[in-house]
Amino acid sequence: MAQAVIEAKDLGLTFQTADGPVFALSKVDLSVEEGDFVSFIGPSGCGKTTLLRAIADLEKFTEGTLTVNGMMPEQARLARSYGYVFQAPALYPWRTVEANVGLPLEIMGIGDAASRIQRNLDLVNLSGFEKKFPWQLSGGMQQRVSIARALAFDPKLLLMDEPFGALDEIVRDKLNQQLLELWDRTKKTVVFVTHSIPEAVFLSTKIVVMSPRPGRIIDVIKTNFPRQRTLDIRETPEFLKIAQRVREGLKAGHAYED
Amino acid sequence: MKTKRHFIPVLTICAAILVLWYVACIPMNAVVAETKITAAGGGFANTLAVSWGLDRPVIPAPHQIVTEIWNSVFLIAPWKVKSLVFHIWVTLTSTMLGFVMGTLLGVGLAVAIIHSKLLNKSLMPWIIASQTIPILAIAPMIIGVLGSVGFTGLVPKSLISMYLCFFPIAIGMVKGLTSPDPMQLDLMRTYNASASQVLWKLRFPAAMPFLFTSLKVAIAIALTGAIVGELPTGAQGGLGARMLAGSYYGQTIQIWAALVAASFVAASLVYAIGGMERVVNVRMGARP
Ligand SMILES: Nc1ncnc2c1ncn2[C@@H]1O[C@H](COP(=O)(O)OP(=O)(O)OP(=O)(O)O)[C@@H](O)[C@H]1O
Ligand SMILES: [Mg+2]
Repeated sequence: MAQAVIEAKDLGLTFQTADGPVFALSKVDLSVEEGDFVSFIGPSGCGKTTLLRAIADLEKFTEGTLTVNGMMPEQARLARSYGYVFQAPALYPWRTVEANVGLPLEIMGIGDAASRIQRNLDLVNLSGFEKKFPWQLSGGMQQRVSIARALAFDPKLLLMDEPFGALDEIVRDKLNQQLLELWDRTKKTVVFVTHSIPEAVFLSTKIVVMSPRPGRIIDVIKTNFPRQRTLDIRETPEFLKIAQRVREGLKAGHAYED
Repeated sequence: MKTKRHFIPVLTICAAILVLWYVACIPMNAVVAETKITAAGGGFANTLAVSWGLDRPVIPAPHQIVTEIWNSVFLIAPWKVKSLVFHIWVTLTSTMLGFVMGTLLGVGLAVAIIHSKLLNKSLMPWIIASQTIPILAIAPMIIGVLGSVGFTGLVPKSLISMYLCFFPIAIGMVKGLTSPDPMQLDLMRTYNASASQVLWKLRFPAAMPFLFTSLKVAIAIALTGAIVGELPTGAQGGLGARMLAGSYYGQTIQIWAALVAASFVAASLVYAIGGMERVVNVRMGARP
């Protein structure tokens, strides 16, 4: 059995706010193994971002246990175990594309920056844009820069919060395909937040369906598509069956809420 | 293009002010001019000639100020005490010294404040309180006291400038250094970046627009501080000393020449900082 990269048991996270506690996560059990591609899907406000941030030690959980690479999330963060792609590009506007991608390398003191920057910009199809500033790029290109930046220091674990949320269908399909190829080639572990059922089913080895108030996991679906797959699989009965199950899970979550 | 479009309105306003000024000279100088006008035989032409050409007017006509500036800038060697250039230089050096010290102090305080809740709580009230002291009013006294213990020359004056200009810098930089959005800061957290890396690679660059806004305010008040600091030193030079000497001897034209020189220096300094800002903006890839 592969080693668990992320292990959550009875995980709970409560925000104390001015108008009382917000139960963002409750009784979350989750196990992500090395080489997994795990998607969190669920309606807005169900705690997807919060769960990802707890894994990244950007938020402190309040109950249960959570380990990343067998360590506390804080130690994992200090060990620079993961690359994080935020819901927005979060580029530094005074840095060129290449300087943005090189930022983690500067901070971590990693050498051969030039070749790493070039390689990762190639990967997201942005070679030729090295000297541009973020405002000169479209939203989709900016998000791709932020992906190249997360990949620049070659983390084994990639945490991505709706990286393609703001993109159109065609670009999204293309980036999904590229992300899948990257995952297959580099054997990285990916945790991926999305609102899109087809995206989740297409990309994932494991789909985690979540529901709000309190944020919790209501279904975990394993898929069995080949590691190298194309967008064609979206027409297969198996794909549609899994998509249907995800949709039902989401619906059940909503019904609970009413 | 832009300068051309602004040219006409700016000129119109200037012309209007000049006309108003010349007209205002007549009633305002009446006290001094009246007897001379009558002596010259009265009439409109004499009224104008006398009101605009008095030796010690209540308010000098613009061309008198221009002549005085011309004479004291171009017709006297700049190292002579009678040269306006000499006085501008004296004021400028203490302004710049105070400005640099104030900037360093302001930035230093801001950096300390954003890194420590304790410092924020303990320093901020003092910084605010420091500005409730009417330093401009008591500056001559402070200079006097420092002078009486043998502390004279450039440094005491620039201390006044520093005291005035660290405040807008500290306040502006606290705002600027805390301006990065949470995501940009979280990104640094995920890299396990040190506080100094966050400071140099994120907070300082993000604070640049705030810094330049503060610098423009600060340099103008640094100049004011330097001029006020020169008032009690009498013979030592500087635009403040020049104004004071002028008022001792009723040389209103000289006072006004020094005033115009001071505002010219202030405008140039602010403009110079604007130029630096543009250079930095281009370097930082700001949207044109
Ligand atoms: N810092 C915070 N303080 C208080 N409440 C918070 C905070 N962050 C999130 N929440 C609350 O926690 C819940 C989950 O938020 P979260 O951002 O994780 O949702 P999400 O699933 O990512 O939603 P979306 O799909 O819209 O991004 C929401 O009810 C939200 O209001
Ligand atoms: Mg979210």
